[in-house]
Amino acid sequence: MKKTLSVFCVLLAALAVIGCAKKEAPAPAPAAAAVVAPYKVAFVYIGVPGDLGWTHEHDTGRLAVEAAFGDKVKTAYIENVPEGPDATRIIRQYAQDGYDMIFATSFGYMDPMVEVASEFPKVKFVHCSGYKTAENMSTYFGRIYQARYLSGIVAGKMTKTNIIGYPGAFPIPEVVRGINAFTLGARSVNPKVQVRVVWTNTWYDPVKEREAAVALLDAGADIITQHQDTVEPQKAAQERGKLSIGYDSDMRKFVGDTVLTSPVWNWGVYYVDTVRKGMDGTWKSDQYWEGLSADVVRLADFSPLVPQDVKDLVSVQKQKIVGGTWDVFTGPIKDNTGKLRVNDGAKMSDGELLGFDWLVEGVVGKVQ
Amino acid sequence: MGLITSLIAITLRAGTSLVYATIGETFTERAGILNLGLEGIMLMGAVTSFATAYYTGNLALAIAVAVAVGGLMSLIHAFLSVTMKANQVVSGLSLTLFGTGFASFLGQRLGPASNGRYLIGLTGPRFTPIDAGALGQVPILGAILGQDLFTYGTYLLIPLAWFYMYKTKNGLWLRAIGENPRTADAMGVNVDRAKYGYTILGGMLTALGGAHLALAYTPGWSENITGGRGWIVIALVIFSMWNPARAITGALIFGGINAVQFRLQASGTNIPAGFLNMLPYLTTIIVLVAITWWETLSKRVGSPASLGTAYVREDK
Repeated sequence: MKKTLSVFCVLLAALAVIGCAKKEAPAPAPAAAAVVAPYKVAFVYIGVPGDLGWTHEHDTGRLAVEAAFGDKVKTAYIENVPEGPDATRIIRQYAQDGYDMIFATSFGYMDPMVEVASEFPKVKFVHCSGYKTAENMSTYFGRIYQARYLSGIVAGKMTKTNIIGYPGAFPIPEVVRGINAFTLGARSVNPKVQVRVVWTNTWYDPVKEREAAVALLDAGADIITQHQDTVEPQKAAQERGKLSIGYDSDMRKFVGDTVLTSPVWNWGVYYVDTVRKGMDGTWKSDQYWEGLSADVVRLADFSPLVPQDVKDLVSVQKQKIVGGTWDVFTGPIKDNTGKLRVNDGAKMSDGELLGFDWLVEGVVGKVQ
Repeated sequence: MGLITSLIAITLRAGTSLVYATIGETFTERAGILNLGLEGIMLMGAVTSFATAYYTGNLALAIAVAVAVGGLMSLIHAFLSVTMKANQVVSGLSLTLFGTGFASFLGQRLGPASNGRYLIGLTGPRFTPIDAGALGQVPILGAILGQDLFTYGTYLLIPLAWFYMYKTKNGLWLRAIGENPRTADAMGVNVDRAKYGYTILGGMLTALGGAHLALAYTPGWSENITGGRGWIVIALVIFSMWNPARAITGALIFGGINAVQFRLQASGTNIPAGFLNMLPYLTTIIVLVAITWWETLSKRVGSPASLGTAYVREDK
């Protein structure tokens, strides 16, 4: 019994060590004159900054904060934090350690953050992609669908088989919104385009993502885009001599010029602004959901394979969206059973967009 | 390529890493050792082989490193479960925990400074499918020939493993150790040495399965590249009833159904995606249940009788 117990303890210790590798960013050298303590900002990550996708972009935002404020801020992050009780523990630890502002960058951190926020009224909590707020807790996300729409235009112009493959993670509103925006963009320039969706039911599984992309290529797709967390679909397309469109980060840097462009996040804009408000005392709890006009989402630089006339087309649409004269989900929009869902000239409300559960005309696939 | 041919090709490719690990674990379990550390060993095999290939450009060396790492990791398991007579489940699980964490750590430290010390996102040398020339155009045969060297390796490994286990004296001893180590001991077999040997062999083959992912199937390193395949292998060993010849069916059914279900989705079927995603796992469970049921009826083959228990020579 004693032996079993000791083995169990060793196991627990091993778990705790493996569970989360804590990394402190190097503290800036203390300036002799400045006695003001730095503003302390913490980030909680679901993956690792080297994932080339979601967490990579958040970490780029963190570095932008450091670059903007120098030694007036001190940032820290913890990677690979599982959603659930571990998240509560880590967020609480940061609050206890005297951090002034804490960013949590995954949907599943919402309830843990609400819980900790109620215990530390003086600390500012900021949560990505959720919907719950409090006096001292904000929520933020970006209208990446606007960039998806623009990337759809590129795909619609450049496909030859008129079939575009789209491995998707889960049939939830965030992913559905992206698929719909992309399809509307593609069909705005090429009404013959079909977007075929394959659900993997996983955010992160390199092997499955590749298999899904290969299945789509075999089904005749000549451009692959995706809503997943690795670059495998893009690599699979390239190996077959086909094109792709990335997501999250500028995947052309990691895969090559067959990645025509990527809708990407630019969290630095939001993080710098939010930290500044925290430092000068003007921070207030809000719900942030901005897009291309605020520069929090972007379309990455084009590959040299994209012809000038396509770039021009994208640029025209981008101006309309940025200028606020038009947005992606403006009617008439039919769903993929042929039913008219949005009337001519009507605009879908944010509430409808956040609960998107149907696919637009041109998508081959289902939302279960 | 016709539909059937392309399905066969993708199935063989998807099943390769599973075949290596399944046969490896079959050897280990036949010697009475349950190794639940497969997931960790596969990940370590993947990360070390990729790092070696990236820096040296030498694929043979990359494979050698993976094999050595797999051997070392399973040596830990053999030491704990054979010499120390520790609980094999606990030892195996800690090996998986250790391997998963350490592989992830190496993936963030072994890379070049230009990539922030990350291995993720780099491309290195890889095994590519062999161009079979005119034969590659022949339906079905083309699918079998147009594979990388890893898959060719399984064409050899399966019959060899089967022959060794069922047609050689050493194979007979191996099976005897798993069923009744005391009898094997009485026959003059060095039970502990054999248990060490087969556990290490199992780890080496498992690491090869991991290397296949990082060097051929999804070339490159990404965190958790196995996606739980090490656990599937545990089920596949039962699925194949501890017979290396049947290991192929399990691996191919699991790998194949995964490939088929994505194709069904891509063709725009009405079957819910959730159901299709579930199919590989569901099939595995159904076959496991069916085998267990059939076993009780026929009592012909079952798990090695001494599986998971430590052998103590002096015990009465």
